[in-house]
Amino acid sequence: MAESKKVQGDLVLEHVTKTFGDFVAVDDLSLVIPKGSFFALLGPSGCGKTTTLRMIAGLEEPSSGKIKIGDTDITTTKAYERPVNTVFQNYALFPHLTIFENVAFGLRRRGIKDVEEAVEKVLNLVELSHLKNRKPGQLSGGQQQRIALARAVVNRPALLLLDEPLGALDLKLRRQMQIELKWIQTEVGITFVHVTHDQEEAMTMADTIAVMNNGKIEQMGSPADLYENPSTVFVANFLGQSNFIEGSVTGTDGDNLVVDLKGSKIALPKSRNNAKGNVLKVGIRPEKFRLHQANEKVSGNVLSGGVITDISFFGVSTQYLVEMPWKQELMVFEQNDGGVPELEKGDPVALSWEPQFTFALDGNSN
Amino acid sequence: MAIAHSSSTEKAFAPAKKSTRTAYFLLAPGILWLLVFFAFPLINLAETSTKTPAPTFETGEFVQTFRFANFFDAFAANQEQFFRSFFYALCATLLALAIAYPLAYAIAFRSGPWKNFLLVMVIAPFFTSFLLRTLAWKQILGAEGPVVSTLQFLRILPSDATITATAFSVIMGLTYNFLPFMTLPIYASLDRIDYRLLEASGDLYANGATTFRKVTLPLSMPGVVAGTLLTFIPSSGDYINAQLLGSPDNFMIGNVINSRFFRVVDYPTASSLSFILMATILVLVVIYIRRAGTDELV
Amino acid sequence: MIRIYAAAAVFYILLPIFYTIAFSFNDADKRNIVWRGFTIQAWLNPCEPIGICEALGNSFKVGITATIAATALGTMIAFALGRYNFRGRATTNLLIFLPMATPEVVLGASLLSMFININVGAGLVPVIIAHIMFCISFVVVTVKARVASLDPKLEEAARDLYASDWETFRRVTFPLVAPGIAAAALLAFALSFDDFIITNFNSGTVNTFPEYVWTASLRGVPPQANVIGTLMFVIALVSVFAGQAISKRKQTRR
Repeated sequence: MAESKKVQGDLVLEHVTKTFGDFVAVDDLSLVIPKGSFFALLGPSGCGKTTTLRMIAGLEEPSSGKIKIGDTDITTTKAYERPVNTVFQNYALFPHLTIFENVAFGLRRRGIKDVEEAVEKVLNLVELSHLKNRKPGQLSGGQQQRIALARAVVNRPALLLLDEPLGALDLKLRRQMQIELKWIQTEVGITFVHVTHDQEEAMTMADTIAVMNNGKIEQMGSPADLYENPSTVFVANFLGQSNFIEGSVTGTDGDNLVVDLKGSKIALPKSRNNAKGNVLKVGIRPEKFRLHQANEKVSGNVLSGGVITDISFFGVSTQYLVEMPWKQELMVFEQNDGGVPELEKGDPVALSWEPQFTFALDGNSN
Repeated sequence: MAIAHSSSTEKAFAPAKKSTRTAYFLLAPGILWLLVFFAFPLINLAETSTKTPAPTFETGEFVQTFRFANFFDAFAANQEQFFRSFFYALCATLLALAIAYPLAYAIAFRSGPWKNFLLVMVIAPFFTSFLLRTLAWKQILGAEGPVVSTLQFLRILPSDATITATAFSVIMGLTYNFLPFMTLPIYASLDRIDYRLLEASGDLYANGATTFRKVTLPLSMPGVVAGTLLTFIPSSGDYINAQLLGSPDNFMIGNVINSRFFRVVDYPTASSLSFILMATILVLVVIYIRRAGTDELV
Repeated sequence: MIRIYAAAAVFYILLPIFYTIAFSFNDADKRNIVWRGFTIQAWLNPCEPIGICEALGNSFKVGITATIAATALGTMIAFALGRYNFRGRATTNLLIFLPMATPEVVLGASLLSMFININVGAGLVPVIIAHIMFCISFVVVTVKARVASLDPKLEEAARDLYASDWETFRRVTFPLVAPGIAAAALLAFALSFDDFIITNFNSGTVNTFPEYVWTASLRGVPPQANVIGTLMFVIALVSVFAGQAISKRKQTRR
């Protein structure tokens, strides 16, 4: 059972394209996923993230381009020859085998005779050792998911792929599994590539996120980078929510740009400006806004003349819709920590926010 | 609106009795029919088995004497045909399995746009009388048919040999007749396999052949069990193939039963033989199912 | 590789059928075994041999009657099994399964035995009775599968939208199960039409088409039998493909 030459290293995708007839699922994708990191491919349905994952797994072949692990080119290697394992969306546990045999499957196929120890170890990792003689049909969804994970991890692959593995779980269980997955990844040290459409999930778990749309990567970076400084409208709206207000640059002030926002002057840090020209889409996240009653003294960037048109209670926070004089409704999240006075529909308010939280995209971008 | 809602809640809380009553009402006619025309005749068959010829020695007249020795006599006199029947049935089943499994696999996994057409072709034999089909085989394999002529020409067969009137042709006939019964259940089982399981198997280092052995084959077992039963059971009781494609040396227990009913009017013997045949099949089937481990058959 | 095998297997399956069709055009002597020349005589005079069309008519009489009865009885049982809870489910399942597990010889013999004992003469009626008996099981299995795959939420939705039990059945359940019932009816007809052993035991002097062929096989099957066989084959094939085309069009239209 020698592991002759262990394939390892960063995962590299070079100009990978996949077409199905006329439809381009993945469009000239190039990507480097560092060894040992937790990487998320985030995007809406149909953006190509699952297709990309399947190409890495070997379940689809790229129409063009290369896939490498370290120096080894695995583009044409068959799935069963790649040191890559997948946790499938519907778990795909073999219904005719016991849990033990399911987990041992990959080990046995590689010719390993003594599977007992490795299987026990990984079953203990997911805390399901007591179920090892049951069949998958007898397990709950959450348990099946953990077994699917164990079955993949036990093989110590160079890469572990997760295809929306938490989709079928209820919220509480999902949150729990997110924490567990992250913990297992750090314990075991394998590169995880996680595909999901849930931006909260991606932000909680991943070291690096790539946001995909229409077969291309819109932006890649750490969760904080992507969230605080999105480079496209799509990313800004896919991760969390954003308010976009049209404005234009009128001057500079030290490290900041002075921007005319519908008649008010606000400060925009130069480092947070992704626009090319002077016409801007200025973005402010709803939670960055502060609400002030009409006669309060306010500092920072200010937009006044708003009227509350809707209030929704979210438990942790309250969402306000504020109609501004230029007839745009802005979204505001305020934490329910007593910092905001009791407001009602129709109340006049002003909005303020710290300049450092402003970001700007090109005025013509979509 | 209040009225409609209250009536629907009434139904939700309707006592189980109403449902059970409807169920029995639905079941009654069909079940009665089966009891009267299936179960009762079988009991009647058992009863006839223990009769003996009437003292008047009139043909067709028998009296009930509870002569259980009838079973032993019937079996002893026809041991050869019994064993031959099960042997032929076993051969036909194995042969049919060998032919049908790859065919079912091809249709389920490799047929692409031809799938429906192939399925229709598999059941196409049902669209012609099976007697005509078997007679066609008799022609094809017969002394004046193309197969024998070709084989004789190629010197594989000696010039006076025949294929018909041998065990080989009877088994071939049985195999052909029940091929759809073997192919369709296997196909249904294979078709039902979630292809993601096959992907998972590949993901876990199993190549094509190993995936077949470890995943596809086990998961197709219910179909294989159903197919083998649907082939073996009717084959063991068949007599048409033996009559048309075989010689009296190849006669099966079905032939004997048939002749005991119509040629030699010996109802007790015929009934005993039928009973023994059915009992044996049931025993074999139960053992087989226990070993194969399928829960639901119907 | 495996595709070539599949093609070969299909050829093997169709071979006797081709033979049957081909020899319906044979300029046959009494035995229609050797090819003597092409002619459409048999096609022009399909009822010439004595008793052949009468036998065919009997087959249809039996087939249609048995199909209607067996489909009705079997569908009811399938609904009971698939939709209701009742005691005696296991016994019912056993009673349905057993006829399929019993060789035709035994079925035919036992029925004949019983009819003799109660002094009922052989003829078409016992045959019809027998056919209904063995078709019920196949109808139950076919329809039950369809009933089981029916989402109970659909019927709940109908009731929520003010449909009575009967209306729910008529407008929701039945249309959805109908394809399964149709398939079961076709299966029952095919089984009945082609049945020989059970029929032979119980029909006495009357003949169905398979019985005609059997008796004829001793002296020589006329090509007209091949004609009828070919016709049945073509009609069945055409209906199956037509049925598929219709259901495909129905799906795309929606």
